[in-house]
Amino acid sequence: MSAHPTSPQFKANAHEALGDAQLQKALGNVRAGFIDKRVKAAAKLPEFEDLRDSARDIKNHALAHLDLYLEAHEAKVSASGGTVHYARDSAEANRIVIEICRARGAKTVTKGKSMISEEIGVNEALEKAGMEAIETDLGEYIIQLRGEAPSHIIAPAVHLTKEQVEADFRRVHKHLPADRDLSQPVQLLTEARTMLREKFLAADIGITGANFLIAETGTSVIVTNEGNGDLTQLLPKCHIVLASIEKVVPTLEDVSQILRVLARSATGQDMSVYTTLSTGPRRPGDVDGPEDYHVILLDNGRSAMLGSEFEDMLRCIRCGACMNHCPVYHAVGGHAYGWVYPGPMGAVLTPSLIGVDQGGQLPNASTFCGRCESVCPVRIPLPKLMRHWREREFERHLSPASTRYGIAAWAFVARRAGLYRLATRFGMAGLGWLGRSHGRFKWLPLAGGWTKYRDLPAPQGETFQAMWKAKRGT
Amino acid sequence: MSSRSDIFSNIRRSLGVTGTERPRLSAVAERLAQAPKGVPVARGQLPKDDMIGLFCAQAEAVQCTVSRVADSQQVPEEIANYLRNKNLPATLRMGEDARLSAMPWSKTTLALSQGRSDGADLNAVSHAFAGVAETGTLIMTSGADNPTSLNFLPDNHIIVVEAADITGDYESAWQSLRERFGKGLMPRTVNMITGPSRSGDIEQTILLGAHGPRALHLVVVG
Ligand code: SF4
Repeated sequence: MSAHPTSPQFKANAHEALGDAQLQKALGNVRAGFIDKRVKAAAKLPEFEDLRDSARDIKNHALAHLDLYLEAHEAKVSASGGTVHYARDSAEANRIVIEICRARGAKTVTKGKSMISEEIGVNEALEKAGMEAIETDLGEYIIQLRGEAPSHIIAPAVHLTKEQVEADFRRVHKHLPADRDLSQPVQLLTEARTMLREKFLAADIGITGANFLIAETGTSVIVTNEGNGDLTQLLPKCHIVLASIEKVVPTLEDVSQILRVLARSATGQDMSVYTTLSTGPRRPGDVDGPEDYHVILLDNGRSAMLGSEFEDMLRCIRCGACMNHCPVYHAVGGHAYGWVYPGPMGAVLTPSLIGVDQGGQLPNASTFCGRCESVCPVRIPLPKLMRHWREREFERHLSPASTRYGIAAWAFVARRAGLYRLATRFGMAGLGWLGRSHGRFKWLPLAGGWTKYRDLPAPQGETFQAMWKAKRGT
Repeated sequence: MSSRSDIFSNIRRSLGVTGTERPRLSAVAERLAQAPKGVPVARGQLPKDDMIGLFCAQAEAVQCTVSRVADSQQVPEEIANYLRNKNLPATLRMGEDARLSAMPWSKTTLALSQGRSDGADLNAVSHAFAGVAETGTLIMTSGADNPTSLNFLPDNHIIVVEAADITGDYESAWQSLRERFGKGLMPRTVNMITGPSRSGDIEQTILLGAHGPRALHLVVVG
């Protein structure tokens, strides 16, 4: 089973998020932090735009030959002493994880940050099987203490303020002196570091995700800043990699091209602190490293996206830039999206992975401003893909009746030029007259949802068509 | 049907292929064999001296401290000074790297120990496989000579890198890696390390010393 979605209630979720003062304060950090840093990092590298093209082309090439690169990857993993497993869906992936853990008699499992592990809900599965799963990325650790899902794919706890984190640490780390000072982020970090050190050293199994798989060498790659993913895979006897099938790229050179746009797009760093290439288990003579190396490759609907109008989405390298630049994400945060993947990439991916009936609301959460596409390092046309989903939702009669009638009425008028001109002229004149004193509407009938969070400026003159006509003098 | 064959047949159905088409097979074989380089970055193609300068500048920009020594004979003293200036205990753990072992440690009062880290060591030194100038990145390869645990568990990590091993871009480092380990072959772990460990997970404030080392000191030799 996978994480339970609340995506169908997107509107209610968003409504709640807009009224949450703590969340709104925390979201200010997204708006302030990521955007400037990305611009500066990109500006320092003259080849940045060319590298985006290159990254896009590499991923397209890998997807067009996905079967062959997966075979090459598997052969190399086996040759280096590791094992590749394939899982059609979440249930199967969880079953494989549990089997490996049981075979080792595992009690505790440490985890590096992995969106696939969120997608399949492996923590829950491990706990059901009587094992303890410990998140070790600072952000993931915090949200695990709170029993929450991540609200951002690279900054899982971005929705929280430091006061909230302090309260959680006091609630959970009961054995520490109650009067300790935790008012600064650095004190919180140090406390988490100490708590997790013990866990790393005691763990039986380490699970990480993979940013890339390299076919040439049978290597899995993780990209992190904290080093938790490294301790996770280094110290236990067994390293399990959870990855989805589209993560494979051909060569070390190809990974290098993509790495040059990944961190710059994500956090504005030239390079993340740790990029770690893991190939098989420890070698004869090695004095550390895991004895077993397993790669579990998850499909979960991705093979069906190949060759469809959503194939572009499989290029995604999970940098988070699209949500960092999204006005809707800035307003409601990640949890409102109701499943694992938020923001524009989540709006496209969620309906593909859990069905348009579950995730069909999300592609509507867009102003179609196009900022996501303009920053995506692999040039995914996110607005176009969201539009595809809207069309499908409409075709399948999944949109609400009021929307359907509204669109039908609009279409009826829009197809009749004379009627359209007449209606818009009266509409503009009427609204202009009604709003003449304030210049804007705080509330409008039938548009209460829209005007609740912003004012509608009152029209100040003619319709566009009338002005166009006047300007051109025809 | 097994999950594996199910997934492969789904992929092939979606792509409209059988998996036996010659042009596809040769496209893949060729790419894996030749590993084309893609878009080069100009800053990775500097003359050697500038390259070393860029490496040091980039490493400092990500909060490494860097010192340069003329030859490997001076490394122990440089490390002893570094630890003393930071008021750290005069202890140092290292692997079996022959280049490190050959250095004149007896000239210092450092208490040396050898082997992987069990988490109790405060200071460690490793020898880098290569340095990459474009981002000030160290390339570390695992093995008894430089155990991976030394890269992550001690609070203060010192990395020795030879100026001759500093390359302009990642691609050049991969070339050396292939020469050393063989094409398509890798040691268990290759770490690309760019600065000391950090986290921005609490209110997007970047703090050093998350789970890995709190400080990273580089000694460039030559
Ligand atoms: S869709 Fe593009 S911008 Fe968004 S996370 Fe994926 S790669 Fe990054």
